Amino acid sequence: MALLDVKDLGVSFATNDGTVNAVNGVNLTLARGETLGIVGESGSGKSQLAFAIMGLLAQNGRARGSVKFDGQEILNAPPAIINPIRANHIAMVFQDPMTSLNPYLRVSEQMAEVLVHHKGMSRREALAECVRMLDAVKIPDAKGRIRLYPHEFSGGMRQRVMIAMSLLCRPDLLIADEPTTALDVTVQAQIMQLLAELQREFGMATILITHDLGVIAGFCERVIVLYGGRVMEEASVYPLFAEPAHPYTRGLLRAIPRVDHEGGELDSIPGSPPNMTRDQQGCPFAPRCEFAGEDCAETLAPLVEYAPGRWRACNRSLEGMA
Amino acid sequence: MTGAPLLRVEDLHVAFTLRREGDWPWTPPRKLQAVNGVSFDLAEGEVLGIVGESGCGKSTLARALIQMVPATGRAIWQGKTDLLPLSRHAMLKYRADIQMVFQDPLASLNPRMTVGEIIAEPLRTHHPELGRDEVKARVKAIMDRVGLLANQINRYPHEFSGGQCQRIGIARALVVGPKLVICDEPVSALDVSIQAQVINLLMELQRDLGLTLIFIAHDLSVVKHISNRVMVLYLGQMMEMASGQALYGAPQHPYTQALLSAVPIPDPVLERQKVVIPLVGDLPSPLAPPSGCVFRTRCSRAEAICAEAVPQPTEGEHLVACHFPGPAEV
Repeated sequence: MALLDVKDLGVSFATNDGTVNAVNGVNLTLARGETLGIVGESGSGKSQLAFAIMGLLAQNGRARGSVKFDGQEILNAPPAIINPIRANHIAMVFQDPMTSLNPYLRVSEQMAEVLVHHKGMSRREALAECVRMLDAVKIPDAKGRIRLYPHEFSGGMRQRVMIAMSLLCRPDLLIADEPTTALDVTVQAQIMQLLAELQREFGMATILITHDLGVIAGFCERVIVLYGGRVMEEASVYPLFAEPAHPYTRGLLRAIPRVDHEGGELDSIPGSPPNMTRDQQGCPFAPRCEFAGEDCAETLAPLVEYAPGRWRACNRSLEGMA
Repeated sequence: MTGAPLLRVEDLHVAFTLRREGDWPWTPPRKLQAVNGVSFDLAEGEVLGIVGESGCGKSTLARALIQMVPATGRAIWQGKTDLLPLSRHAMLKYRADIQMVFQDPLASLNPRMTVGEIIAEPLRTHHPELGRDEVKARVKAIMDRVGLLANQINRYPHEFSGGQCQRIGIARALVVGPKLVICDEPVSALDVSIQAQVINLLMELQRDLGLTLIFIAHDLSVVKHISNRVMVLYLGQMMEMASGQALYGAPQHPYTQALLSAVPIPDPVLERQKVVIPLVGDLPSPLAPPSGCVFRTRCSRAEAICAEAVPQPTEGEHLVACHFPGPAEV
């Protein structure tokens, strides 16, 4: 049985400008120990997908569909069901390590609280475990530094604290939402390396949400490409980068400037991302797609497995994209 | 290069004085050296990229050139005028030649002004003699040039997407016909697909209008794409400066090498083969930078001399400020 099984997940928000459908009909499964990347640009719904799974949607957000964790339905589940799962089985690392730590509490307080609350440890045991975990994320002098406040750490160190905190209860699933976006490249490299080591060591399944295809390329086994709240393509990481099968994935890969390539004009994708308040019919990428026909504005192609383990949602055939 | 460079920056220093909460009134304020002795020449029509991580002083350097922050040193414009000591009034004359594009496309546009007013504002400041119709005609022409529709002239910034707002910012900078445009992280707030559009636009405008650009970014791939020459900053000091090809192809400074090795490559095969040169520890506090070479605390090549003497940049086309320059030992 899959560790995480998401079926037809939709997320919508009631706003003053109407209903925003942030996520539409997303299916995904995740096996134990697997690393899945979810890539998309701003507004693609990648973060809201994670928030929906964790039951952390904003007040005006509604989630539909089904999210099963280890066979148990957790979407819109009451706190009595979801809290123990969030405590012991799923953890999340957020983008901004400053705003997700409490500035008024010493790191020791906020970390130990997790174990005291969820595991019923004594404070002394909890603190010892926290120091061990800070050691595991390679914070030098963990024993001394645990007494510091979040602002006394650098951005990279704060993110290490966040990661240590999320691993305290040894989760089966870690969701990392843009964990390195706020960090410099050299720090990003350290954090991604650390995440990869911890992932292997603890054997936890990991969902990495990012807009950076470079980070995905280094970390994930499987990748889902989101656009306009829908899955455009899903494949293992090697074929996805070598033979992208959706016009959006292909356009995205061509639009990225690369350090290992010569300069020159980039192949940009024309137009801008879709306005999510409008009710969408058809393919959200159609207005920007070079292969789009009239049918694309009206009908959305279902996600089809065109080769073993490789899925795409496009009205054009693969040959038609040549 | 013939004659004087468009801009010659010599020994530029920017320092901020900081008071800590709870300091006694007589405690001397602490000094943060944001830019420390940076020199470079900028030829006409050249694109100079400035890269570095947060806090390296790249934005401060740009702001110092147009007197947005006070600086010492010299910034000689066209071989004649030193811009730094100029009064506000005297600077105005040069401001039309040096324009800036800012990072946050929406925050750098006044929300209460229409796009037409925003783009016309520099024209009204620098060319008050122009009539209404002439201003409008120029605004429309530049809007067309950067890919905005003329019928959007009466709209407000919030009605535009991030990429379009950045186009407005570019139009505002170009409307007075500047020689030098300083772009401070112009694409870092944009999505990849939009980023490519704006980079292409900037490259095209640079080529067609013969602009000189200072392009500041933390993203090394973006800088590589657009720049002829690239400067790497660390803690306010220049580490290395060379042509894009030399800097990316054969970096000599250990910091540049570490920085380049950390950039993720969107190709799983290459990305997983890549050797990342680790940087030990954290960025030192700019309030108490290391003695000698500022990078020595995190450098694998550091020896005793690095703590004692500040390495002077080498001469020539490829400048390296390091006691032990050379290719990476991998």
